[in-house]
Amino acid sequence: MKHGPSPFNVVSVALGLAFLYLPIVILVIYSFNASRLVTVWGGWSLVWYRELLNDEAILSAAWISFRVAFLSATAATVLGTLAAVSLTRMGRFRGRLLFSGMVYAPLVMPEVITGLSLLLLFVALNVDRGFWTVVIAHTTLTTCFVTVIVQSRLIGFDRSLEEAAMDLGCPPFRTFMMITLPLVAPAIAAGWMLAFALSLDDLVIASFTTGPGATTLPIRIYSEVRLGVKPEINAICTIVIAVVALGTVISSLMIKRGASQRERAALGAQV
Amino acid sequence: MQGDRETRDWGRRVVILVPYLWLAIFFLAPFVIVLKISLSQSVLAQPPYTPVLDLAAGWQGLKTFAAQLSLDSFGLLASDSLYLLSYLKSLQVAAISTVLLFALGYPIAYGMARAPKAWQPMLVMAVVLPFWTSFLIRIYAWINILQRDGLLNDVLMRLHIIDTPAAWLSSDTAVYIGMVYSYLPFMVLPLYASLEKMDESLLEAASDLGCPAWKAFWLITFPLSLPGVGAGALLSFIPIVGEFVIPDLLGGSESQMIGQTLWIEFFSNRDWPVASAIAIALLGLLLVPILFYERLQQRSLEGGRT
Repeated sequence: MKHGPSPFNVVSVALGLAFLYLPIVILVIYSFNASRLVTVWGGWSLVWYRELLNDEAILSAAWISFRVAFLSATAATVLGTLAAVSLTRMGRFRGRLLFSGMVYAPLVMPEVITGLSLLLLFVALNVDRGFWTVVIAHTTLTTCFVTVIVQSRLIGFDRSLEEAAMDLGCPPFRTFMMITLPLVAPAIAAGWMLAFALSLDDLVIASFTTGPGATTLPIRIYSEVRLGVKPEINAICTIVIAVVALGTVISSLMIKRGASQRERAALGAQV
Repeated sequence: MQGDRETRDWGRRVVILVPYLWLAIFFLAPFVIVLKISLSQSVLAQPPYTPVLDLAAGWQGLKTFAAQLSLDSFGLLASDSLYLLSYLKSLQVAAISTVLLFALGYPIAYGMARAPKAWQPMLVMAVVLPFWTSFLIRIYAWINILQRDGLLNDVLMRLHIIDTPAAWLSSDTAVYIGMVYSYLPFMVLPLYASLEKMDESLLEAASDLGCPAWKAFWLITFPLSLPGVGAGALLSFIPIVGEFVIPDLLGGSESQMIGQTLWIEFFSNRDWPVASAIAIALLGLLLVPILFYERLQQRSLEGGRT
């Protein structure tokens, strides 16, 4: 926009960001508080992180969550990329409307409904609930987010490169591997990251679909939080925030690099 | 060439079918089962409902199965005011939260769209980042602040605004704070996307012709941002109606939202048919907004090609 931002614009953005970040910053600071009480500042300390290292239940829940997130994000990335390609590069096919409906609906579907329905499916199929049912549930939930991210990238870029390769006799599969995939790779990476973060975060769907021996980190945190605020929880939350923030920054840098490479490629084509 | 075409068709089919089948099995089919169980009756057994469809019994089994289906669970939903009240409560919380989100989100999105172009990706990133951070953790962060001996009471008492600690937690206020906080990115990003695309020359033309800035905003900017308003409102309203974590951790016990009622019926009362009936009724309630949202998504992501 041509006219610069007015003072009102600056203030509203600043207040908005403060509202978004202040609670998180406070939580991170209190995770280093030596005192058990929230209102009392007992000086900087790592005592709650040490406490965390002795908490078997939290550590094993974190390890389960990490494996669930890794597996489901990977599966969701494959499925989501295929779905995005189907919706953008395959033209019309039978049942397309139903397909796109199924792809977008989980994005807004209340989690209690998705969780309950998946659980009832597992019961109907007589599957033992546990680690793998949570993986399947999270894959189903996060596929849709991957699809939307990859799809918007597939629409965004110039199709003439693909068309040129096909005109020169390159078969579709090879065109996809050599041209399309490298161009959408940053979006696929971002999709994987988001799927990983969402899986690491999910409480409701995991609570419905989990079984004995597969208590994920959010389920564990939730049961502790219901009993009140504990400084150890501040510490584990800070670690999760750090991991997710790092992942987000890395993936956004990757997307940015991908974008500038594409711009260079486009410039080269013009010259 | 013939063989080439065949492999092409085959590959095309695999690409479409793999995600299609996955979603059909794990997203669509479960709803049929929920519908079926909502028509069953609760029993003390494993699984805790009857009838159980016995496919081995053939046609006869299917007929006895169909004869045993009942609308009892839905009858219970209609007759017990507890359920009706939680639906109304959910709609009320979702409607008020969406209005609050709009009132708060619009100035933020507008400010982002007017920021220098070079800053805008950073600002978008800053708004998205909390969304990537755990939902549960962000709600937990507010418990730290809102609890009786928490930070908010501490600050307010030091400033002598209040004398005794106020109970912020377990109240509707806390629920609204949690909702607005959690869903703000869902409102701001679509608004920003529609405001950012706007053609500045329209506003210049208006001001050249003597239109005051506030009128130009009302006549040009706001109507052009309506698609963003719609997307933001739907993206917040639909999930908030079914929200469980926020009212459970921040809200009071005197009135429940429908997500909590479903959770309690399922986990505490172990009444699967009633929980399923609640889910079906909730889905029915959200069907129209979900269909609106699907149209919006299809239009924005698939352009005019469908």
